[in-house]
Amino acid sequence: MALTSKPIEIRTSPHIRKAISVAQIMRNVVYALLPICAWSVYKFGLSALLLLLTTTVACALSESLFCWLSGRNNTVRDFSVIITGLLLGLTLPPGFPLWMAAVAGFMAIGLGKALFGGLGYNVMNPALVGRAFVQAAFPVAITTWTPAFVPGRFSEAIPSTLTTPFMTPPDATVWIQALAIDGFTGATPLALQKFEHISASTIDLLTGVLAGSAGESSALLVFLCGLYLALRGMMDWRIPAAVFTGTILTSLPFYLVSPEIYPSPQFMILSGGLMLGAMFMASDMVGSPLTPRGIWLYGFSIGFLTVMIRLFGGLTEGVMYAILIGNVLTPLIDSVTQPRVYGARRQEERP
Amino acid sequence: MTTVLHKQEQVTLDTFLRGIWEENPVFVMLLGMCPVLAVTNSTLNAIAMGLATLFVLVASGTLVSLLRKMIPREVRIATYIIIIATFVTMVDYTIQAISLDLYNSLGAFIQLIVVNCVILGRAEAYASRQRVGAAVVNALGMGVGFTLALLCLGTVRELLGAGTILGYPIFSPNFEPWVVMILPPGGFFVLGGWLLLFEWIKQRRERRTLQAQGATAHGS
Repeated sequence: MALTSKPIEIRTSPHIRKAISVAQIMRNVVYALLPICAWSVYKFGLSALLLLLTTTVACALSESLFCWLSGRNNTVRDFSVIITGLLLGLTLPPGFPLWMAAVAGFMAIGLGKALFGGLGYNVMNPALVGRAFVQAAFPVAITTWTPAFVPGRFSEAIPSTLTTPFMTPPDATVWIQALAIDGFTGATPLALQKFEHISASTIDLLTGVLAGSAGESSALLVFLCGLYLALRGMMDWRIPAAVFTGTILTSLPFYLVSPEIYPSPQFMILSGGLMLGAMFMASDMVGSPLTPRGIWLYGFSIGFLTVMIRLFGGLTEGVMYAILIGNVLTPLIDSVTQPRVYGARRQEERP
Repeated sequence: MTTVLHKQEQVTLDTFLRGIWEENPVFVMLLGMCPVLAVTNSTLNAIAMGLATLFVLVASGTLVSLLRKMIPREVRIATYIIIIATFVTMVDYTIQAISLDLYNSLGAFIQLIVVNCVILGRAEAYASRQRVGAAVVNALGMGVGFTLALLCLGTVRELLGAGTILGYPIFSPNFEPWVVMILPPGGFFVLGGWLLLFEWIKQRRERRTLQAQGATAHGS
């Protein structure tokens, strides 16, 4: 009789189950992003804080709005929208007008996520869709860079931050000149490299003391935060590894041929948004391939495209478009890299 | 030779209104996307394009309907094209005479009205089978619907892309234009936005009717 009281459960694998939910993973990604945000706020002050808050709130509100419009349960609490908001804020220049940041947040969720059916259905990384939209809509504001470590950055925002909605932000050069910081040209390390062939030092890039977007902070810090996720098994380490390999393999031949014109591979990896993109955006679970070979192919193509856009494109930074193209290629990569079923033969081998 | 008999439609208000809402050429049938996306970067262009199409639609509809018993079935498409092209040429020269600026900003899209599938579609599916009265009223409705749709896109795109409507500034002179709205992607975004809005309204209405029916069925 003891047998019937406790029946044997017969089921297929997996047998070991762990209660790990989407919200848990997303929460951990948010934890991993927080140090980067903190460093960014320390570096750029009040403006970066307001920017990150604005993008996050705009994304959360848009998500609620679209959930209400489509009659679905509100999915703000699964934390994925917080990631989108933070990542979006980190990719924008620190002095980006807040109203434009709100537009970017709305577009990121509306165009990048809600239209495709919400979390898990989005083809492209929502944060990058939002950024690509404002890049096309406000090309001047998104390429206006302000210096880091400005004195008094915690008490006063960069003037362009608090622009009245729909109005042109005030000219940043006046404010920068008033600060009288020696040698600041309003250019990021990437722009300096591209147009004047001056490479920033590796140490400066690692610690991230240079100008750039809010999240182009310390490459070392971003790497460590990504490492935390990879070690917890919440991010596939092969994706960033493949992106780095692709970047090195593509930029090395150019550097070896003429090192005075082309940047070194380590500059390529450490500068701009490549570290952040590889660690947190390319590795987005929804937009990346599932097959092992596909993941390498995906990472390689992102690295390759980034270098190609940086060296030969009109823009100084190519990570955003490279990742978006990678996202779009994902279904194709997945279908051509399907592993052979064990025991099955290739098409031509069949009798 | 046998003649195909079609049911002759009575001209009602619905013949006209159908083209504006229920069978709107842009928002429901998704026809004529080329001018819809290409020339709606300002309100003026949208109105001009809409009116030009409206004229060609009505004029060609009239002629096709009048000649419907004389046009041999085998060469009907070619005949329709010739009729349409005649009126397009008239519109082309007229716009050129009225305003050269407008003509230049519309570019090749006036001539391309010839191959606009809204017009050819109306000629084939409606005007060639109906009496003149019905054909004209239907063409008018479709033309107005097309113009309104272009206006919907043009207004939004000009408002965000330049901060003006019909050239009059709406915001203060400090307005920051959304460059993308004037560019081709803006056309796709705004069209998608309007389609989304109309589909949402339609589905909501259907849900409400279903609920109302359910309630009455339950109540009785």
